[in-house]
Amino acid sequence: MSFLHGGSTCRGSRVPARLASVPPLAAAVKGRYAVKFRVEREVLAEAVTWVARGLPARPPVPVLAGVLIEASDEGTITLSAFDYEVSARITVPADVAEPGTVLVLGRLLADISRNLPAKPVDVATEGAKVQVTCGSSRFSLLQMPSDDYPTLPASPAPSGTIAGDVFTQAVAQVSIAADKGDTLPILTGVRVEIEGEKITLLATDRYRLAMRELTWNPEASDASHIALVPARTLSETARALGAAGSIEVALGDSAGGDGLIGFEAGQRRTTTRLLDGEYPKVQSIFPSSSDSEAVVKTAELVEAVKRVALVAERNTPVRLRFSDGQVAIEAGTGEDAQASEAVESTLAGPEIEIAFNPHFLLDGLGAVGTDFTRLSFTQPSRPAVMSGQAEADGEADTSYRYVLMPVRFAS
Amino acid sequence: MSRRQFALPERAAEGPPDDTGCTVLHVDMDAFYASASLLSRPELVGTPVIIGGGNRGVVLSATYEARRFGVTSAMPMGRARRLCPQATVIRPDHELYSQISKAVMATFASITPLVEPLSLDEAFLDVSGAIRRLGPPAQIAQQIRDAVHDEQGITCSVGVAPTKFVAKLASGLAKPDGLVVVPVDEVVPFVQQLPVGALWGVGDRTEEALLRLGLHTVADIAHTPVETLRRGLGEAMGSQLHELSWARDPRRVEPVHREKSIGADETFPYDVDDPAYIHRELLRLSDRVAARLRSAGMMGRTVSIKVRFADFTTITRSRTLRDPTDVSRDILATARSLYDALGLQRARIRLVGVRVEGLLDAERAPIQGLLDEPDHGWREADRAVDLASRRFGAGSVRPASLIDRKDDQGGPAAGG
Repeated sequence: MSFLHGGSTCRGSRVPARLASVPPLAAAVKGRYAVKFRVEREVLAEAVTWVARGLPARPPVPVLAGVLIEASDEGTITLSAFDYEVSARITVPADVAEPGTVLVLGRLLADISRNLPAKPVDVATEGAKVQVTCGSSRFSLLQMPSDDYPTLPASPAPSGTIAGDVFTQAVAQVSIAADKGDTLPILTGVRVEIEGEKITLLATDRYRLAMRELTWNPEASDASHIALVPARTLSETARALGAAGSIEVALGDSAGGDGLIGFEAGQRRTTTRLLDGEYPKVQSIFPSSSDSEAVVKTAELVEAVKRVALVAERNTPVRLRFSDGQVAIEAGTGEDAQASEAVESTLAGPEIEIAFNPHFLLDGLGAVGTDFTRLSFTQPSRPAVMSGQAEADGEADTSYRYVLMPVRFAS
Repeated sequence: MSRRQFALPERAAEGPPDDTGCTVLHVDMDAFYASASLLSRPELVGTPVIIGGGNRGVVLSATYEARRFGVTSAMPMGRARRLCPQATVIRPDHELYSQISKAVMATFASITPLVEPLSLDEAFLDVSGAIRRLGPPAQIAQQIRDAVHDEQGITCSVGVAPTKFVAKLASGLAKPDGLVVVPVDEVVPFVQQLPVGALWGVGDRTEEALLRLGLHTVADIAHTPVETLRRGLGEAMGSQLHELSWARDPRRVEPVHREKSIGADETFPYDVDDPAYIHRELLRLSDRVAARLRSAGMMGRTVSIKVRFADFTTITRSRTLRDPTDVSRDILATARSLYDALGLQRARIRLVGVRVEGLLDAERAPIQGLLDEPDHGWREADRAVDLASRRFGAGSVRPASLIDRKDDQGGPAAGG
């Protein structure tokens, strides 16, 4: 079962292949195809927005700026976009008068369809142009040569399914810790590890590390995969598919080799090329024990840190002093502006004073997703671990852990 | 030892000078190195003495008796000897100078915390906070002169004025062993009587340019439209001289003299087009800059390189790091990547330089730790090199690629 058409592998292949799935129409001039259909504006706008969201601003080859529209006899149109890294595809209902295929500029079509009045939209080819008509609005778009459009990765058979809301939350919790820079490309990815029913998502930029464990429904109980998915694409995909009750995930052999991961929900399908390389071993980063543990109301600490951090100049930390009953938050130095605030907190173990980059701290607090946050410490110079818990005196939910390295002073 | 000496202008006003508002003191030891060296040679007091002859072969200082023959500091020793053959030449004793300097600075610190040392032997003091406790500025200045003389056995001159620029001028005019107060309402006539060469920032070339414009005294500058000055001397210099000519100097006494950047560069004996050679030079320079940062207790975030080509065109490139650093390796990595990004092909290079900017105190420099950092990283390695250098001499531990083959025969690093 191949995830890809023909024998062409996606990874490393930069050569556009001819679109195999389009039957050559007898009447068609080479590169120009006739097509005619009517679709609801809402449906079109949503569909184009979904496929065009990943279109490159500066495509490696011009045709990749296009959205391919395939109108079928069965009363559907399928829109696709592909930039060799990410592919997106969606099938929506339409009144198809003349089935066929046409390629138009994706961003332009997205902008147009979003701004059309709430009336049915007629799309029809007319020579080298594509006419888009809606009420009294009329647009005439240039047809792009769809012969040159590359073959999209095929729809994969799923390796399993995962609940949409869980997946969206988990990806959001983890992708914040992925590296945004380009010094270590491998760290711009989220590491997805699948062992049977368990999925572990993990990302780190070496300053902090986020890890989330969740369960899914694999097709095979012995499913075992490791994939490194670009964090930006993964979080966009998760946001776009999250509303669906269930998301199908295709990996490994199902995805046609190790180079791709596929997601499908409802009529939306997407594939993403995986990052190549060895992810650093990170297991040893988790502290094996903790000396001090504090529990705070997440929202209260977030508010206080946001306020105090206003005086923290670039790269300067907020300092947190945990003592019995409260955590005192401070920022700024004697020479500049200073701020301080205290928030109620419980503490088990010795008092501790520790400094963090306020953005990193807020990222973690924003990600736990529970009313209370448990913070575990060993030493002011060693990583702290944050996880969520529902009740002030409950147990921590360690399915999500955010490990944050503190800021120290050089001397 | 001031480059130029000027006569003290006549005072127009009658009576003792009013020191109200003259809160800036410039204290300058008189012929510091010479006076200090004579403490152990009292028999030479009153005779011409030249301090110098160290490695550099230039005059470090000379007694006023020797200066009368035209001997000035930074003059080659040979020339000084010819000008004043009867002078006694004494080798400098830097340990003694720094010991006396420390004691003098401690005396200043007991007067006011606002002390800005300029060198071993001079400093600005802002005494506005000490007036209540110690009396008016002129009286404080006299106390300092007495204390330095009693405790160290050397004399100093003090300028008392409302601004740093005028205070420094005044102390120069007070020399030797004198005290000059420039009252607030006499500052402008005081400054304007002086020749243009007295202004801060006017060296030989600027003086020439001013004389070409027909400007001989500070008053001439003051009454020249600032536009003309800017055209003739450049934007910054023109405006600055105009401000100074009206005795306007907004600079405050800064207790800590902050370095803005630390850098090093190397002019090659012949033009170089070998990237490997440049890389090695960047290593040497990065090492040197990082060591200077560490010894100054500073860290910086911006690394810049300078490349001057054979035709003297010069370019600089800089990159700001995420965190401040004083680690040789970080500075080198940035410098090399900046250099490589230039994409030079067989360009003939005359000079390269490495500089670290955006400095801040290492003690206050926040470092975002890495989750996977080792307990002993490159920072610690650098510290170890610093310790070794202090004990066995600079360069005793250095990157292998910087070991000069000639040194292998028996340098301090050999045999280890």
